[in-house]
Amino acid sequence: MNASTAAPADTVFAARGITKTYHMGEVDVQALRGVDLDLYAGEFVVLLGPSGSGKSTLLNILGGLDVPSSGEVFYRGRQLTKFDDAALTRYRREFVGFVFQFYNLIPSLTARENVALITEIARDPMKPADALELVGLGQRLDHFPAQMSGGEQQRVAIARAVAKRPDVLLCDEPTGALDVHTGVLVLDAIQQINAELGTTTAVITHNAVIAEMADRVIHLSGGEITGVELNPQTRPAAELRW
Amino acid sequence: MLLAPLDRKLLRDLWNMRGLATAISVVMGCGIALFIMSRSMLHSLELSQQTYYDRNNFADVFASLKRAPDILIDRIAAIPGVAVAERRISVPANLSIPGQDEPVFGRLNSVPDVGMPRLNTLYLRRGSWLTPRSDDEVLASEAFVEANHLEVGDRFDAIINGRMEELRIVGVVLSPEYIYEIKPGDMLPDNEHFGVFWMNEEALSMAYDMDGAFNDVALKLMRGANQEDVIQRLDELLEPYGGLGAYGRKDQMSHQFVNNEIEQNRNMGLFAPSIFLGVAAFLINVVLSRTINSQREQIAALKAFGYSNLEVGWHYIKLVLLVVVTSLVVGIPGGVWIGWVITSLYARLFHFPVFTYHILFSTILAAAGVAATASVLGGLGSVLRAVRLPPAEAMRPEPPTGFGPTFLERIGLGRLMPPVLLMVVRQLERRPVKTVFSTLAVSLAVAVLVIGNFFQDSINSLISTQFHWVQRYDMSLRTNEAVSDRAVYEVASMPGVLRVEPARAVSARLRAGPRSRRVGIMGIRPDSTLFGLMNMDGHETPLPPHGLLVSKKLAEVLGVKPGDTVRLEVLVDKRPELDVKIAATLNDYAGLSAYMDLDELHRIMLEGPVVTGVQMLVDPRHRDELYRDLKETPQVATVMVKQHSIDAFNNTVAKNLGVMKRINLMFAIIIAVGVVYNSARISQAERSRELATLRVLGFTRREISSILLGELAVVTLLAIPLGLVLGKFFAWWMCTAFNQELFRFPLVVTRRTYAWAALVVITASAISGLIVRRNLDHLDLVAVLKSRE
Ligand SMILES: Nc1ncnc2c1ncn2[C@@H]1O[C@H](COP(=O)(O)OP(=O)(O)OP(=O)(O)O)[C@@H](O)[C@H]1O
Ligand SMILES: [Mg+2]
Repeated sequence: MNASTAAPADTVFAARGITKTYHMGEVDVQALRGVDLDLYAGEFVVLLGPSGSGKSTLLNILGGLDVPSSGEVFYRGRQLTKFDDAALTRYRREFVGFVFQFYNLIPSLTARENVALITEIARDPMKPADALELVGLGQRLDHFPAQMSGGEQQRVAIARAVAKRPDVLLCDEPTGALDVHTGVLVLDAIQQINAELGTTTAVITHNAVIAEMADRVIHLSGGEITGVELNPQTRPAAELRW
Repeated sequence: MLLAPLDRKLLRDLWNMRGLATAISVVMGCGIALFIMSRSMLHSLELSQQTYYDRNNFADVFASLKRAPDILIDRIAAIPGVAVAERRISVPANLSIPGQDEPVFGRLNSVPDVGMPRLNTLYLRRGSWLTPRSDDEVLASEAFVEANHLEVGDRFDAIINGRMEELRIVGVVLSPEYIYEIKPGDMLPDNEHFGVFWMNEEALSMAYDMDGAFNDVALKLMRGANQEDVIQRLDELLEPYGGLGAYGRKDQMSHQFVNNEIEQNRNMGLFAPSIFLGVAAFLINVVLSRTINSQREQIAALKAFGYSNLEVGWHYIKLVLLVVVTSLVVGIPGGVWIGWVITSLYARLFHFPVFTYHILFSTILAAAGVAATASVLGGLGSVLRAVRLPPAEAMRPEPPTGFGPTFLERIGLGRLMPPVLLMVVRQLERRPVKTVFSTLAVSLAVAVLVIGNFFQDSINSLISTQFHWVQRYDMSLRTNEAVSDRAVYEVASMPGVLRVEPARAVSARLRAGPRSRRVGIMGIRPDSTLFGLMNMDGHETPLPPHGLLVSKKLAEVLGVKPGDTVRLEVLVDKRPELDVKIAATLNDYAGLSAYMDLDELHRIMLEGPVVTGVQMLVDPRHRDELYRDLKETPQVATVMVKQHSIDAFNNTVAKNLGVMKRINLMFAIIIAVGVVYNSARISQAERSRELATLRVLGFTRREISSILLGELAVVTLLAIPLGLVLGKFFAWWMCTAFNQELFRFPLVVTRRTYAWAALVVITASAISGLIVRRNLDHLDLVAVLKSRE
């Protein structure tokens, strides 16, 4: 892990003044209240904050799953907030890898097929088997999600996210549903990919321990960024305990 | 990988819902089969009919007359537009068939002594042609020969112009003119008691004193000739010779009958497949909507990874199309097979000489197209929802729907209900749209079952009214010409005759502006007790003192209503022409009829008390003696025995409809079971998680299945009354569609039919319920709770 001080020259994401308001009948829910944020190439960022603070909302906007109510988001100089639906789809297809809290695997497809589903439409993908090897599931290629533990399913989800060699990897509470041991395994896989492929990685968590493996920790609260810490010394995932 | 991963998902999803997919495929397959069957049958029948007509030169215009000299045929042939004019002699005869005591009548047509007829040529089925100049050989129609178990070489007696002659059948033939052989005055063919024969002209003309003359003519028109014009000129030429009014194919009995039959099938062929495809589309809608709901998160993941909306939509459309393909695989061969069976049945019934079963490729394409369109339309709503689903939204599980006190609880019945019933009612009220749709689907099944039996009800009612309330006589007879009403007393004195009433029928043409129809005007005595002027709904219309009482359908065809005046052109005797008023209409079952007070008819005809027949009540014990006496009465042209008409009815209309009825019934059961099973399985799948949770919380198997089965029961009970009403509506619709000149069907649905439909659906529900119950008993609690749906 090199970039304890990321080179500002290589900005992957630049968000300026983004807000997100959900209209729920009479009430408006302000999920984000003006967020400015930069993410740099190859860095490992952890988004930390209590439940309901807007972490998922922010990540979804960066990943092109959602659009902000106001503000601008740039991805490598291109303004995401001006993209139409087709352009956002193309952006996700080419550059973004997602890992979700509840894995979101296709239950009717095997591990290999779940990964192939994505490599199928990617430009320069790995072999599905190689991607699964990377997360230590080389022996479970032909198992269905229902035949795997939660941690294994999440590692399939990571293999699926990285198999297309994405430019950014966005993980929304990847260990939320896992115990310490499997959580560590999953985080280790993410860290390894960040290191070996240089993929810019953002991980959401409300587990402060996990923040110790990040280059930078961004604190969210009530829809605002309340602080950014640089981690002078990142710890390998394998050493984490909670 | 041979198959793209997304397509593998498709196949596995399909496999996981194979029960539902099969149910849908079967229903849709039925629709496709019915579509192909009816289209191919229609096409084959029309093709066979057309081929028959073309090869055997079926004439375009027909006319009968009293007697005209042969030279007139040249003037007829010279009418502009006439390609071929052929004269012949056609006479009625009283027959005596070995082993047949009942009165049998025949029509003898002449064929040229040398060479063949040029129009309405005969097709020799077996035996041989007539020997030139033979005077005792006849060719007999196949239908008659078969109905009376006769064969080539058999002999029978015929009273020809008062003299008994022995005739010998040398050949069995078919004629395009007599696909259906209908005795004049009858509504339906009765092949046992009426047959058509052909014999050498010389023999016939000698017997009937028609040497150098003819009494029947047929015309073939040139392409583009004006038929109306030809008919008018022919009428003018024939009038001095007692012309009975020329008519085109549309008024030719046999042709009209065949077309009526084909027309009926055309209507049926549109109606039944639409119901099946409609129900299939509806089931697809339900199943797909549920599938897509349960795959929200999968859809979100696909989209997050860059699958476009189009790709996601196409994925689900493909799922629908796969179901369509499965149903085509079943439906096409099924339709071809049933089509072949039914069409050959009809071909035998029609006695077509050559019959080809033919399916147009375009029919199959159309079936596939219609099925695919219906299914995609059915699934479109759900697919669009999948397409529109924002990926970020889909990441969150569907928000739980709010439960609240139900309507029944709010009105205070809640305390009276056991908790399980409460859960059932809440579940149904929580998702009103789904409840409404399930109810509607099951009620469609009920409706289809009602329709399946409605025809039998309708025909039964038709038979009982027509043969009990309209024709109150047992027997009627017609004379060749009008005779003095002394005949009534003569008949009254015959053995076994209990009661006699005079009948006077007059051939005429009714004209209203450009429209006209040839009809028989029946003179009725106001105090008649043997003939009832009955309407379909069972009430009797009194005979108006003046003017015409006509079939509602006739008024419709002529475009007139009560109070209007029509031109009455009598075609017999003194041929008076005058304007008469339409006094009233009669909503009757068959044909185009016109009735008039007997005395008024006599006045119009400028005649004394004459009759052309009588109607009578007969003591069945003396029937055979009566038949013998009638056979020896030369004036009697035909005898109509009511029982024979009833048999004839059962053998034709009822039989043909019966075939369709049985098929519909079978399919109706399939629809009913398909729909009910589907509903049950879907609610099971939708709620397995909830039910498993209840099991974990300690509810017994019995309790959780009563929740689900309770829902099914409530839906079934709601659906039955709705379906019965819907069924009656469809029945009304079909009555309207089958409203034709030859027959109309009364809107009658018996309680038995209603009960039967309800019973089948209840049984289907019970069986589906048992299947669901069994599935619930084997519910794998861990697996259900582990899967995130
Ligand atoms: N689709 C939506 N409709 C309405 N409100 C929403 C929607 N999505 C999010 N919110 C609201 O926006 C706020 C931020 O939500 P978000 O999911 O970003 O929180 P989070 O930080 O990811 O929380 P958690 O740690 O619980 O996942 C919350 O108050 C939430 O209720
Ligand atoms: Mg979140």
